[in-house]
Amino acid sequence: MDATETTSSQTGVLGGAGVSSESADTAEGLVINVGPSHPSTHGVCRVIVHLDGEIVRKAEPVIGYLHRGIEKMCENRTWLQCVPLTDRLDYVGSMYSNWAYCRAVERLSEIRVPERAEYIRVLVCELQRIASHMMALGASGADTGAATMFIYAFDERERVIELFEELCGARLTYNYVRPGGVSVDLPEGWTDRVLEFARKHRIALAEMDRLFLGNAIARARLKGIGVLDPDVAVAWGASGPVARGSGVNWDLRKHDPYSVYPRFDFDVPLGSRGDCFDRARCRLFEAFESCRIIEQAISQMPEGPVMTAGLPRLLKPAAGDAYDHIESARGSLGVYVVSDGSVRPYRVKFRSPAFCNLALLPLLAEGHTLSDLVVILGSLDPVFGEVDR
Amino acid sequence: MSGFVGGLIWGLAAGTLIAIAALFGVWWERKVAGRIQMRIGPQTTGPAGILQTIADTLKLILKEDITPDQADVRVFRLAPLVVFVPVAMSFSVIPFAAGFAPLDTSVGMLFFLAVPALSVIGILLGGWSSRNTYATIGAIRAAAQMISYELPRALAVLSLVVLAGSIRPLDVMAAWSPWWIIATAPGFIVYFIASIAEVNRGPFDIPEAESELVAGYFADYSGIRWSIFMMAEYGGMVAASLFGAAVFLGGWNWLPGIGGILVFVALTLALVTAMVWVKWTYPRLRADQLMSFAWKIMTPAAIVQLVVVAVIAPWL
Repeated sequence: MDATETTSSQTGVLGGAGVSSESADTAEGLVINVGPSHPSTHGVCRVIVHLDGEIVRKAEPVIGYLHRGIEKMCENRTWLQCVPLTDRLDYVGSMYSNWAYCRAVERLSEIRVPERAEYIRVLVCELQRIASHMMALGASGADTGAATMFIYAFDERERVIELFEELCGARLTYNYVRPGGVSVDLPEGWTDRVLEFARKHRIALAEMDRLFLGNAIARARLKGIGVLDPDVAVAWGASGPVARGSGVNWDLRKHDPYSVYPRFDFDVPLGSRGDCFDRARCRLFEAFESCRIIEQAISQMPEGPVMTAGLPRLLKPAAGDAYDHIESARGSLGVYVVSDGSVRPYRVKFRSPAFCNLALLPLLAEGHTLSDLVVILGSLDPVFGEVDR
Repeated sequence: MSGFVGGLIWGLAAGTLIAIAALFGVWWERKVAGRIQMRIGPQTTGPAGILQTIADTLKLILKEDITPDQADVRVFRLAPLVVFVPVAMSFSVIPFAAGFAPLDTSVGMLFFLAVPALSVIGILLGGWSSRNTYATIGAIRAAAQMISYELPRALAVLSLVVLAGSIRPLDVMAAWSPWWIIATAPGFIVYFIASIAEVNRGPFDIPEAESELVAGYFADYSGIRWSIFMMAEYGGMVAASLFGAAVFLGGWNWLPGIGGILVFVALTLALVTAMVWVKWTYPRLRADQLMSFAWKIMTPAAIVQLVVVAVIAPWL
């Protein structure tokens, strides 16, 4: 059924019935408030939706409900004390914010990180990518009403979180990557458990692909919905699976290689149509690729220290600024730090991919139905800790 | 007067049956859904969690009964009953055993199709009187959906009426032969799918679409009123399964005496389980996809089935 057909039939069903509500009625149609507390807002997003029947005429995201002033709080803490704050940015992928911040600080203070620490960072971040993508895929399932897909995906995520818990004691806010290395070395036998997980995870991914993405109803719900043009994706600064789903080949691991990524053999999955289905599929394949990277990282991992020796208790980088970025599960995550030579940052700024991706929502949702709006929002995979900061 | 007293007794019996069906249905659904999702489901309240629903019911009864400020109070309070009573009434014409249906009326098949359809009025009342945009959208979706699925459901049942030459359920049961299962298989599938849509369960739970409309038409209901809506849903599911197991699958015709009743119960349970299975496996359709499915696939399929049955009826 094409868009015009949908419009006319839906207007007949809903528009003709004269829905009225004094506070929410406008001349054009119905205005509803989705969120900030709603099952499908993935946190605390509020979307003001102007409806014509069931067709979304305009969707305005309203952000800021999770604003905690983290960038400002960083200015009142020492360089090291900022690391736990970065955990609270992207709480579905804390390792990324840890790492991006530490890379910027290391660049500023010219700290060299031991090779083993670099391998561990890659390893935990690829595990984190799996955990984060499982969250996104599970949420896509929940948004379309496939509760079982949600549970399957969260079960896989739980396996990763258990590994992290064993590694650093925390399940979500790891505070694991520190300037100069990582906080502790890997526990004994941990890499074997990771390899075992990677093996089982591939099977689970294939199962999810059949259960959800292979399902006729799920395909009907995801295909052709929220189509993002590659040029628009670039113009709006989209990154991560949102841009790659549209076929924009942009992955910092390949295009601005950092850490030890050039030593690994992996592919960057790309979509072609740029709809919700391609974005979901990209995430699924990226989880496959992450399994490959994890296995290579473990087989290549050298012995040695995990923290640079002789770092001062109190970091005091020389006055200046530094920017560094990494590929998080949501896209290009950048951190800009400015030092005035004191023990505290003068300014810390995060370039969060979820913020840029979320800005696309009004563009993508227009003309689709209310049911599609939540699917599109889910396919952008916003994490509001990172959007609002 | 005896008619009135008899009706009262049957009414109470039907109410008890639906309450038990709902209690069991909720527990069964949670157990089956648990297995589907690699969980165990309820397990701490009683053996295998069998008392879980009773605990839930107690909780629901004790919860505050909230009526929204802006609501149309009388309509708001009436709506759950308008949804529930027709569902309860539909139990009365189901042929439970050989020669026995609580209400043995000559128009039973029609009664079963027509009376539960009145529920849609209650859903509209509930959604509208809540003064909540989500509830209103849910109610209007429900109305469109339930009315659309009436047609294929009725056409599918009509095939049996043609075969039996009667719209009295007991006559249909008496005329039933195992060949009918093959002859009306497409009609049974249409009936089964339309019944799921009729009781607003997944993948057709569009009126209550949790991820979009929060809870749809009963978004503003709480406590016991909310649970009456849920009872109607489970009651409808059980009624549709009982009726389908009887007239389509032969029910107690398979074995004489008590064995037949057991087969009937087993068939019903299989249908209920299939409904639970479908709900917990499939994603939800979109409203417009649901409508095009009803009008472009289900209704033509039911009509073709009816024509085929009408042609082959003399030989069956």
